[in-house]
Amino acid sequence: MPVEVRLPTVLRAHAGGQAKVKANRGTLGEVLADLVRQFPNLAGQVVTDDGALHRFVNVYVNDDDVRYLQKLETKVDDDDVVSILPAVAGG
Amino acid sequence: MTAYGNVLDLIGDTPLVDVSPLSPNPAVRILAKLEGQNPGGSVKDRVALSMVEAAEKDGLLAPGATILESSSGNTGIGLALVARIKGYRLRVVLPENVSAERTQLLAVWGAEIIPSPGSEGSNGAMRMAQRLAAEHPEWWFPFQYGNDANPRAHYEGTGPEIWRDCPEVTHFVAGLGTSGTLLGVGRYLKERNPAVQVWAVEPPAGEMVDGLKNFDEGFVPPIFVAADGYALLDRKRVVGPRESIEWTRRLLDVGVFAGISSGAMAAGAARCADEIERGTVVFVVADGGWKYLSTGAWTDDLDAVTERARTQIYF
Repeated sequence: MPVEVRLPTVLRAHAGGQAKVKANRGTLGEVLADLVRQFPNLAGQVVTDDGALHRFVNVYVNDDDVRYLQKLETKVDDDDVVSILPAVAGG
Repeated sequence: MTAYGNVLDLIGDTPLVDVSPLSPNPAVRILAKLEGQNPGGSVKDRVALSMVEAAEKDGLLAPGATILESSSGNTGIGLALVARIKGYRLRVVLPENVSAERTQLLAVWGAEIIPSPGSEGSNGAMRMAQRLAAEHPEWWFPFQYGNDANPRAHYEGTGPEIWRDCPEVTHFVAGLGTSGTLLGVGRYLKERNPAVQVWAVEPPAGEMVDGLKNFDEGFVPPIFVAADGYALLDRKRVVGPRESIEWTRRLLDVGVFAGISSGAMAAGAARCADEIERGTVVFVVADGGWKYLSTGAWTDDLDAVTERARTQIYF
């Protein structure tokens, strides 16, 4: 089974309106590159042109924020779930 | 037992209670810091008092002045309590989709509510407050997301209290709203014992992020960036609405009647206990359950409550 990637509302229009898409496993960077290969309009949205995560994007592998794991080098296996969410605050 | 000078003196020094029956790992104790015991009902009383007193000291608040702040509820309620006692007027920009009790409480304390679109969540409320603050330089705008007195309340209060009551703490778990609790307590505990781990829990944002047009409308609090929260935190995890509500209910088994975001914190503490070999986990119960009775969180069907939680802001 490939990796499931959950997209936030702001990205769905770039992926044919889908909330969940599939991608091949690998490092998170490779998973996100596979997404861009499938949906070219996603280019530059999650990973900026200089190769870093967009500062107002949080990416989770199985609920764990990758900024506190190995960032784009975080391993993503089959059956893992990648979630992409905009950074918001509370209070 | 002593008599307190006024209600503001009751803020802080909250109880830490062992809730280890909730621990999935017999080698890990779990303790809860009950911030709902503050007189305004949440952890944000500390932040409200700290920001107001810092502004008074800096001469930014004249008697009878107007305070403007954006809040999803608790900071507004804390400020309303402090403002009422100290004689300030308060205007709170509040998203329309918070629980009814939050709106009611602000009205009780005499705050004026300025509604902001629910679909824009706390970010939208903050942007509206920033616009209003620019139009009204005569109002004082504490801006909890960028005010050092916010994490300082926890560095000087919450953190030392935890260390005093539980120096064996190995892991600290708290919610990420403004990041003030995590920054203040986390820094204090790591200064005392660098081996202490700081784990953030993010309650799910639900529909409140749906109104964002693009990622550039996202937000990371300036206090988090300034204090290099990226280096301070050891882990950050998101807990879904269903799990949050399940754990809000489980907290009742240890006698803790807490708000829904605290259910997410309890779930985060339990996951932490499950992953480590041994240790002592301290987590923050940000508020009591009173403000969430109208959500049916404890009594309605779990699926229905979970669905409802997606459309409401509760942290």
